[in-house]
Formats: sequence, C-alpha cells, structure tokens
Amino acid sequence: MIHTAVLTASEVVSKIPLVAANCRFESETTSVSSVVRTDITFVIDVQNITKRYGHHTAIDRVTFSVAKGEVLAFLGPNGAGKTTTMRILTCFMPATEGHARVAGFDCTDQPLDVKRQIGYLPETPPVYQELTVTEYLTFVGRLRGMTGQTLTAAFDRTIGRLELGAVRHRLIGNLSRGYRQRVGLAQALLHDPPVLILDEPTVGLDPKQIIEIRELIKSLAGSHSVILSTHILPEATAVCQRVVIINKGRIVAEDTPEQLSARLRHSEKVSITLKAVPSDCEMKLRAIPGILNVLPGQAGGSFLLECELGRDLRDEIARLVVSSHWGLLELRTISMTLEDVFLQLTRHEDHLAEPAEAMVSAPAEQTDA
Amino acid sequence: MSPVQAVIAKELRGYFVSPIVYVVGAVFLLIFGLLSYLYVGFAGAQAIQLMQMQGGVAQINLNDLVFRNLFASVRIVLLIILPILTMRLFAEERKLRTFEFLLTSPIRINDIIIGKFVSVLLIYLGLLGLTVLVPTVLMLFSDFDWNPIWTGYLGMALLGALFLSVGVCASALTENQIVAAFVSFGTLLSMWLIAGLGSLLGDTTAGRIISYVSYMEHYDRLVRGLIDTSDLVYFGSGLVLMLFLTHRIVESTRWK
Repeated sequence: MIHTAVLTASEVVSKIPLVAANCRFESETTSVSSVVRTDITFVIDVQNITKRYGHHTAIDRVTFSVAKGEVLAFLGPNGAGKTTTMRILTCFMPATEGHARVAGFDCTDQPLDVKRQIGYLPETPPVYQELTVTEYLTFVGRLRGMTGQTLTAAFDRTIGRLELGAVRHRLIGNLSRGYRQRVGLAQALLHDPPVLILDEPTVGLDPKQIIEIRELIKSLAGSHSVILSTHILPEATAVCQRVVIINKGRIVAEDTPEQLSARLRHSEKVSITLKAVPSDCEMKLRAIPGILNVLPGQAGGSFLLECELGRDLRDEIARLVVSSHWGLLELRTISMTLEDVFLQLTRHEDHLAEPAEAMVSAPAEQTDA
Repeated sequence: MSPVQAVIAKELRGYFVSPIVYVVGAVFLLIFGLLSYLYVGFAGAQAIQLMQMQGGVAQINLNDLVFRNLFASVRIVLLIILPILTMRLFAEERKLRTFEFLLTSPIRINDIIIGKFVSVLLIYLGLLGLTVLVPTVLMLFSDFDWNPIWTGYLGMALLGALFLSVGVCASALTENQIVAAFVSFGTLLSMWLIAGLGSLLGDTTAGRIISYVSYMEHYDRLVRGLIDTSDLVYFGSGLVLMLFLTHRIVESTRWK
C-alpha cells in the first residue's frame, strides 16, 4: 500500500512543499521568519541551533517555534537529536551555535528565568527513590520557590490531576514504573508552567494510562505550550497540532499530521472490494481517465487504484462498477498514515544525498516567489 | 523555606533514610570511644608509674596525655569515614538521572552545592557533638583545662569541613560512588603525606609552600590550643576553593 519506489530529489522538491510558515532552516530565510513572527506570539523560538559533541554533530541548524497554547510533537528515531534539543531548551546544556528563547528569555543569558517558565520531564523520571511522593513533590515545589498555601494548593491539584492520591505516602522506590512516570509528570506540572517539555511522556505506562496522559496533555493545550518527543506515531497524531520530524539532527519536515501525509502522497489511492471479479475488470478500471495504476489488493476481490494527484475519481469508479454489475462491497480513499510519512522521510534520508536540503529549498523558492 | 533549605532538608532526609549515617556514625563513635578509653588507660598506667617512682600523688595532665593524642588520632578516622559520607552527594544524582532535574530547576548551581555541603556538614557536626560526652565524663573524675579542648573541637570541625568539601568535589567528578570515595580518600591522604615532604625540604620556599598546603601543621596548632588566624584562613580558603572547583566541575558537565 505504501509506494516503496525511491523518490528522486526532483520529485521530492516538486511534490513535497513541506515546512510550515514558521519553519526555516537556512539563514537566508530568516527575513521571512521575522515577518511571520510579528503576528503570532511564539512562546518557544529556536533559531538555527547546532550542538556538537567533539566532532559529532548532534543537531544541525534546527529552527522551529511553538505558539502559545500549541502542542508540538518532536518525532524521530532514537538518536535523532530530540533529547539534545530539549536539553538545550531547558538550559541543561548550552547550544554550540544559534539562539533559543523561551517565553521571551534567552536560554544562554537568562537560564534562571527560562527555568521558571518550564516544566520538564526528562527521559528517565527524575525521582528520588528514598522520598515519598508527598515529600518529593514538596521538595520540587520548594525548589521552585513555592511555600505555604500556594504549595499546598498546587500539590493537591497535581495529585488529583495525575491520580496519585492512593500512593502519596508511599516511597517512590517502591512504586511501579507507571506510577514513577506519573510522579515525574506531576513534578513537571506542579508549578503550572506556561511551557511544558516532555521527553517521551508515555513510556512505561499501560494502555489505559497512556490514554489518560494523552487526554491530560490535550487538556493542557490552549493554556500551555507543550513540546513532547515521541517515536510512537499515533501519539503524535492523537495529541498534537503540529509535528516536527527530526532525523540525524536535522528537521526533515514540519506541519500538521494531516498536511504531512497529504503532502507526501504521490497519488490519491482508492481501495475497492468487488463481489464478482470478471477477468476484464482490471482493464476496464484502468480505462477510467485519471487512473494511473490498478494493483490487486490483499483480500480476494479487492483492488488498490492509484489516481492522479488532486482528482477524486470515486464517483466514476462507483458508476463503472455498478453499471457493470460487479457488486460494489466497499469503496474508500486511503490516506497516508503518519507512520508512512515518517518512514519515508527517515528512510529516504539514507538513499538520497541531501533530501533535507532539497525539501527546504522548495518552500524557500515558493516564499520568495 | 528557600530552595537552599529545601536541598538541605532533602539531603538530610536522604541520609537518614539510607543506612549510611547510622553505619558511619556508629563506627565513628565506637572508634572515638575506643581511642578515648585507650588513651585514658595509658594515662592511668603512667600515673601509677609516677606514683610508684615519686611515692606520692602524681599530677597528670589529661590535656597532654589524653586529648592531644586523641585529637591527633581522630584525623585518620575522619580521613577514612568522611569520604563515605560525601560520596553519594553528586554521584548518586548523576547515576539516577536526577542531576538533570536539579540543573533544570530554577536554582543556582551554587545553591545546590551549598545545600549539599551544609547538609553533610550538619551530620558531621552532629556526630562530633556527641563525642563531647568523652570530656564531659572525664570531667567527673579529673580536672583539666577546657580551653585546648574547645580549640581541638574547632580544629576537628574545620578539618572535617575541609575533608567534606574535598569529598563533595570528588563526588561531582563521577557517577560512581566508589570512585568518588576513593578519589577523595586518595586526595586527603596525599595532602597528609606531603607534610612529610615539606619537612624533608626544610626551610626552603618549596618546603614552606608544601607544608602550608598540607593540613597537618594547621590542625596541630589548633589541637595544641593555639588559634592562629592564618590557620583559620587556611581552612576557610581550602574549603571555598574546593566548593569553587565543584562549581566548575558541575558547570562543565553541562558542556560535555
């Protein structure tokens, strides 16, 4: 069902005008992004950050921004640079080059101000095993300068939000992985920060908890800006308004999940299932103007029709099938899942010399035009 | 409660939940008591000898015979046990990945270091406070001058603080607690032994510098009852230097 043919660079350029309005890679486009920035308030603004460890470049000229109340997913295979980017945003480590600003504060020059605006859940939940949940969250609150009633109120709210009431007096060391993860999330949410940075927030949770946490993150959207990293694609589709796909330290795509799959598609795909399959049906289907290819489907009687991009041929197909009395059991369009997009983007990186550059140059030309 | 106080409270809690404080405290107090008992025993034996020789009541000086020896011996006990107290402070945070959390919290690195140092210092001073029982009990049986004892305690407090600051610094270097303990133990032992090198070189510039760097003569003067500002400056500056180095080490981990 996925088109496995390797894309040529020109195809990528012509068919994938990726990169949303506020995503820029090269310095030549900074003038455009500054124009964009005037009408939207970005809570997180990352400009061309690069991080090198010796000779190894972990992230390379990464540029993106997050608007107030937006949930952004950072998607990428392991080792793509997701955690490094988050560590720079949380002021854990400085970038080698470039600037990152959170809530108007510079990550290099005003780290304390940035840290006050952020709730951060690292990859491993940062919990002290020898403390109880209550002691731990109290400690976290005090570290952030909360005292007395403010702390108590924040504590009660967070405990309720993450349903930690039952374990509040237990030592964190004795809790299950899922509860520890929730305590880690509670830590990030305690001071109700405007910016949340969550590194794989649903790792180690059971399916029910995963849904709960996703609902929680969705409920935070609007009032909080959230960046979450994940390599679980349905998660990104489920909770995020925008997805940044990062591979080998570079942003390879940025857009809404729907737009991403639409833009990476080479053809419209329609799947049909027929009751009767006469020998000439494949030929007749092929004869419909606009049909590029007819492939046999997985089940008997089903076909996958590839149509020209931007054309909806369902009506024509249905008319042919019905008039030929083949018995139409099913007809549906197939949209590309984020998984397909992700695999294509990260796989083609291996085959093509510099697809990221190619993808970038396309919208750059467009915006110039 | 300020962030520094929160760090102190959390560290103290960590110490008392784990067996470290109980084990280290028990061993320290046991050895301190044992040493006191031995030195008092020696002093008693010497008194009997003197009485037999002079045929009368001998005046023995507990300050010289017991406390100076006791305080001098305590050095080696501190050398061995204090690295055990400090080894977890940063190494454990790094191992358990809570270090990243601390460094992304709105608290200065200085505050983290001071909080951790003060917490372990409080534990040490608490243990030291318990040992005041020894001179208090001896006071019931004999007369002695309390002033050199107080300076001795000041010396032990300062020496311990210096040892702890070295330990804190070593702990920031690694995520392995054994390595941290060993590094601080090795550093402290070297600082002890270079006193020998200093006296070997004698009254040369190098000799004087090396003798100054070692804590031996500074501590000895305090134990003898002598409070010299230069010694206080030595301990104070050594401690600050070590904590400053810790700051640099913690800061540098961010750049790696």
